[in-house]
Amino acid sequence: MSTLAPKLAVKDPRIGEGGGTPPSFGGGGGGNSGGSGAFDYGERLRRARLGLVLGLTAVIMLFVGFTSALLVRKGLPSFDAQTNTYSRDWVTVYLPWTLLVINTAVLLISSVTMELARRAIIRKAALAPVKSIPGVSLGEETNFPWLGSTVVLGLGFLVGQFLVYHILQERHIFVNRGPSSSFAYLLFGTHAVHLAGGVIALMYAACTSWLLHKPVEAQRIAIDVTAWYWHFMALLWMYIMVLLVLVR
Amino acid sequence: MATSEVVHAHAAPQGFIRKYIFSLDHKVIGLQYFFLALTAVWVGMILSLLMRIHLIWPGANIPLIGHIQPETYLSLLTMHGTIMVFFVLTTAPQGGFGNYFLPIQIGAPDMAFPVLNMLSFWTTFVAFVVMLAAFFVTGGAPLHGWTGYPPLSAIQSSGPGEGLGADLWITSIAIFCAASLMGALNFITTTLDLRAKGMTLFRMPLTVWSWFITAILGLLAFGVLLSAGILLLMDRNLGTSFFLPTIVVNGQLMGHKGGSPLLWQHLFWFFGHPEVYIAILPGMGVASQVLSTFSRKPIFGYRAMVYAMLAIGFLGFMVWGHHMFMSGMSPYSAFAFSLLTMGIGVPSAIKTFNWLGTIHKGRVRFYTPMLFAVGFVSLFVSGGLSGPFLAQPTLDIPLHDTAFVVGHFHLIMGVAAIFGIFAATYYWFPKMFGRMMNENMGKIHFWFTFIGTYCIFMPMHYLGMAGQPRRYSQFTEVAYLHHLIPLNRFLTYAAIVTISAQLVFVINLFWSMFKGQKATDNPWEATTLEWTTATPPPHDNFGGHTPVVNHGPYEYGVPGAARDFVMQTDPAGSPAH
Repeated sequence: MSTLAPKLAVKDPRIGEGGGTPPSFGGGGGGNSGGSGAFDYGERLRRARLGLVLGLTAVIMLFVGFTSALLVRKGLPSFDAQTNTYSRDWVTVYLPWTLLVINTAVLLISSVTMELARRAIIRKAALAPVKSIPGVSLGEETNFPWLGSTVVLGLGFLVGQFLVYHILQERHIFVNRGPSSSFAYLLFGTHAVHLAGGVIALMYAACTSWLLHKPVEAQRIAIDVTAWYWHFMALLWMYIMVLLVLVR
Repeated sequence: MATSEVVHAHAAPQGFIRKYIFSLDHKVIGLQYFFLALTAVWVGMILSLLMRIHLIWPGANIPLIGHIQPETYLSLLTMHGTIMVFFVLTTAPQGGFGNYFLPIQIGAPDMAFPVLNMLSFWTTFVAFVVMLAAFFVTGGAPLHGWTGYPPLSAIQSSGPGEGLGADLWITSIAIFCAASLMGALNFITTTLDLRAKGMTLFRMPLTVWSWFITAILGLLAFGVLLSAGILLLMDRNLGTSFFLPTIVVNGQLMGHKGGSPLLWQHLFWFFGHPEVYIAILPGMGVASQVLSTFSRKPIFGYRAMVYAMLAIGFLGFMVWGHHMFMSGMSPYSAFAFSLLTMGIGVPSAIKTFNWLGTIHKGRVRFYTPMLFAVGFVSLFVSGGLSGPFLAQPTLDIPLHDTAFVVGHFHLIMGVAAIFGIFAATYYWFPKMFGRMMNENMGKIHFWFTFIGTYCIFMPMHYLGMAGQPRRYSQFTEVAYLHHLIPLNRFLTYAAIVTISAQLVFVINLFWSMFKGQKATDNPWEATTLEWTTATPPPHDNFGGHTPVVNHGPYEYGVPGAARDFVMQTDPAGSPAH
């Protein structure tokens, strides 16, 4: 009666270990490899990317909420008790655009360095099997610290945003000055928190790679997912900039 | 014999902390969610009991609490609703049973991201602790209801409980949002990426479909609630004016200007209405699973059931405005929301028809899970039928702030979903704990709960139509409501009896855990993957094998088969429909 399928030995799929993701068993046979149970970094990468896309969907919904609130709030009439009339109270506040443009440039450059780091690790992962062959040399390789550069630039952006906050405080543009400044603080702050999360993820990926000597494929997954998150943060920042320009 | 593939078996983690506290095993995490919800439901029930007692004996001096003040009543109401919606109806069916059984039912060894899964539970736990902390701070728990409408919720001085208590309430909700998003992400990835060989989308049990669709709703809805919560916290603590217009509180002009409480309502109900389906969809999945198993018939219209759930989920995002007919809305918008809301009746009716079609001419086995599944259908119909009434602005406006709405949403969202949880508990208990629950106690529990909940919530429709307002702490002094006192007294007695009957469930649960009759691997003669593995399932779910799926999930009453069911892993040549 039993119709056991071919027996396949697999490497440790890391169930129950800290941070491990389970092995894939196929996805219903609907186009996936299905059933091998092999410890496949390609499948883990795909799964991590899917998780990231879903996580970013949640972030998008957060900003959809903020955006709809902004658009509604901007259009609302406000009651003036002194004149007994309704008027719109949306007064565009001063924002240090020069510094914001510099911050934007820093973030976009960091996105480029992040992409270069991602491509470098892909190349490293692809060449790893070749390098492991005795007697095979790939010649001199330059290992520019793209990842470290991204962390530095990311921190630079956050410092720049702190300077924006400082300038606004100096000019007495506080969070409760009016709806325009409230939304600026809200959008800058929420983006900064998310970007800080990306910086921490990058530092974590770098530290665990060096300290725990993770396989290059495992490093690749961490860096790849963080890179796409980073690019999304740059895109989100551009969206915030455009939104703030449009509602001025 | 079942088909499967051999994989490397894994040793379970050793040590109490790794095994039971910070476990990465989805089954342990599922049980953690289940027991968290069990704790929460008792807190919520006791709060509701206090409210019912206060309504008919407003002068009663309750031990440890004393005399319930009007503002205390509002705190009870707020915390009852919040705890029940978030920490019971969202937590138990999805976090509890979804976590435990989704990976097993699709043939996976665990969730896609075990660490995230553990974080999700502990974040939910922290949210619950923060929520309960609101009871014990100065001013006590907030008064603004589970919907948190401004301006009451947005001003610290608007009442006792609206200070630190309200901040804790909002913070707890925000933490819960983060936890739910982590959970939703994990559920969707697991379903899409970890299905066993042969487990195509249309071979997934309807329970898996329901958890999957619920996760999608959660992913899209909780982010918006989080955004609203952040804005509310800013209004309360940073002096912004997102939700607050110019307003005078206790004779004092506040510094806010230009905001709109309606903005909160839009953001809240964009989350709030899908939340209704987040609570009820898993119950629909469980009811389908149980009705098919115990009727010994395939589910009637499997694909229609899937499409109906997808339609309910989709339409659920289009109808938030029907909660706001009373708040002020363009009649054109109200018409659109009204039409779309009544549209949800179509997929709901398809589901109900298919459940009845499944039972029709079945060889029904009336075990306790089946009773609760039938009870679910009954309550879903009874609670759902008042939906089209409230979907029409002209009817909603006189009924909206009355007990009619309380009766409606308790039947459809509260009790029906709870019946789904009970059906799931009785159905899967043997698999989770390796023992059977006591049938006699289960049946006693069912009949008391079924009749009791109808006695509590059906008369509320009449009370509402007779004009009894909801959220009012005291009505006995109001002349035009005097004739409703006897019926209200009956409701309170029914609540006391029904809540007492839940002790039978708890005793049965814990007694059976240790002393119940030993369960076989497949005591219900069911077909899905969880019944192909050992009881309770091993650490990696299938003990070194991964199942290969050859059949659909509900192949019962198969002509020509040696037995009246074909398990999903039976060889492909097995007789099937």
